[in-house]
Amino acid sequence: MRDDDKGGGADRIAIRALHKRFGALEVLKGVDLTVARGEVVVVMGPSGSGKTTLIRCMNLLEEPDAGTVTVCGRTVECGGAMRRRERARQVRAIRHRTAMVFQQFNLFPHLTALGNVAEGPLSVRGMPREAARVLGLGLLDRVGLADKADEYPARLSGGQKQRVAIARALAMEPEVVLFDEPTSALDPELHAEVLAVMRELARDGMTMVVVTHEVQFAREAADRVVFMDGGVVLESGPPQEFLNHPVHPRAQAFLRLVAHDTPAPPPGGEPPARPARWEHAR
Amino acid sequence: MDLVVQDFPQLLEAMGITLLLGVVSFVLGCALGLPLALARISGYRLLRGVAIAYVSVFRGTPLLIQIMLVYYGLPQLGVMIEPVPSAILALTLYAAAYLSENFRAGVIAVDRGQWEAAQSMGMPYGRLLRRIVAPQAVRVALPPIGSRFIALMKDTSLASVVTVVELTRAAESIGSSTFRYMEAFAVAGLAYWLINTLLSVGQGALERRLGRAYA
Ligand SMILES: Nc1ncnc2c1ncn2[C@@H]1O[C@H](COP(=O)(O)OP(=O)(O)OP(=O)(O)O)[C@@H](O)[C@H]1O
Ligand SMILES: [Mg+2]
Repeated sequence: MRDDDKGGGADRIAIRALHKRFGALEVLKGVDLTVARGEVVVVMGPSGSGKTTLIRCMNLLEEPDAGTVTVCGRTVECGGAMRRRERARQVRAIRHRTAMVFQQFNLFPHLTALGNVAEGPLSVRGMPREAARVLGLGLLDRVGLADKADEYPARLSGGQKQRVAIARALAMEPEVVLFDEPTSALDPELHAEVLAVMRELARDGMTMVVVTHEVQFAREAADRVVFMDGGVVLESGPPQEFLNHPVHPRAQAFLRLVAHDTPAPPPGGEPPARPARWEHAR
Repeated sequence: MDLVVQDFPQLLEAMGITLLLGVVSFVLGCALGLPLALARISGYRLLRGVAIAYVSVFRGTPLLIQIMLVYYGLPQLGVMIEPVPSAILALTLYAAAYLSENFRAGVIAVDRGQWEAAQSMGMPYGRLLRRIVAPQAVRVALPPIGSRFIALMKDTSLASVVTVVELTRAAESIGSSTFRYMEAFAVAGLAYWLINTLLSVGQGALERRLGRAYA
């Protein structure tokens, strides 16, 4: 379902001139970003560059100081231009159309896996109990956890928790899913199961914004990689292009670092052209 | 032991009054303490101010004075209240101050990520509190709330100064008419201990129940 709906409503997310500061620290210094319907955008950048802040501005968990956030046709103008009631209405509409997957999962510990997934349908969408249960079981099955429906989060592994969190996000039937480093809190051997679910979601045409340093995921699933540093978007492009030939020196330096974190490609395999090009670009 | 047998009905009735004072003012104290706690963490400065002032006054002055103010003081303003309701009123106001702090501690112990996960779904505030925050907050707040309940049970003995014939006053009157103070107060003490032991057992059971998901 990519690239259809070329009309004015094709953009799922449009961020304009977004500014955000925490006290004296200016974290976002005028960010512009659009995400088209069905697009998968990976956001990368060094620690502290403002990735989390940016993605949290998209569903207004963070209150931007200036700029506009338009998600699924609902616009919030930041910086006091909007009446409180009207703003609250837009924020609610945006949150109903988006879902977020957190680095620390944030599963509800007092509810079972199924309870977690069914909570949104029950208490936000007003779905009848039985329908929410059926939906929840279906989604748990989709993330490969049908047999864990009655388990409490405390009894699940990190990878299982994050998959439940993804099922919980999907239960809202969102138009956009926002991921903030969904694998960073997991042991390396658990990354794959979470990324597999995300890849499948991307294949199914979900609009996704994913903050991650998973280069392999970006290569395979992203339509575009956005590189942030110092509170601005420095570079943006198709994954192969950005990952193989980053233009900005800081993007080059950053990619050298994350490349060291990821398992090196097999010696005889894929063209070791990558490191060579980076050397060259330096 | 004659004493116990002979005055048993009177002691039992007094124990009923003690239970009534303790349980009713605990329940009402919770009902008042919860909105106080929510006011204290709300974004509205006025609400916060009211809650802070309330806790400061009712926690910062002796319960005995509060009880006497309600029973002996209010009539001066034309408000006359029967002994038992006036004691319940004073105990409620006093308990609410402490309980609101217990509730608040429970609420702020709930991880910020829990609020954010619910907010990111667009869950309305009331439902977020009821379905996500409260169940987790109660787990944290239960031990101090249980202690507060037990303390309140013992505090009901102060109602004796405003002519309420609860356990302590009953023991005193039995003692003074029989000169068997030792037995009278010992039996009253035992009655308090029994009530509070039951409360502790109930609290333990509730804690285990709430802790099931975390095992
Ligand atoms: N609530 C906050 N209060 C104060 N400062 C904050 C807050 N949240 C973030 N910051 C600061 O803003 C800057 C950007 O933070 P942000 O979390 O957006 O970075 P990030 O790119 O996600 O980094 P990381 O890769 O480490 O997650 C950091 O310097 C951080 O310390
Ligand atoms: Mg971050």
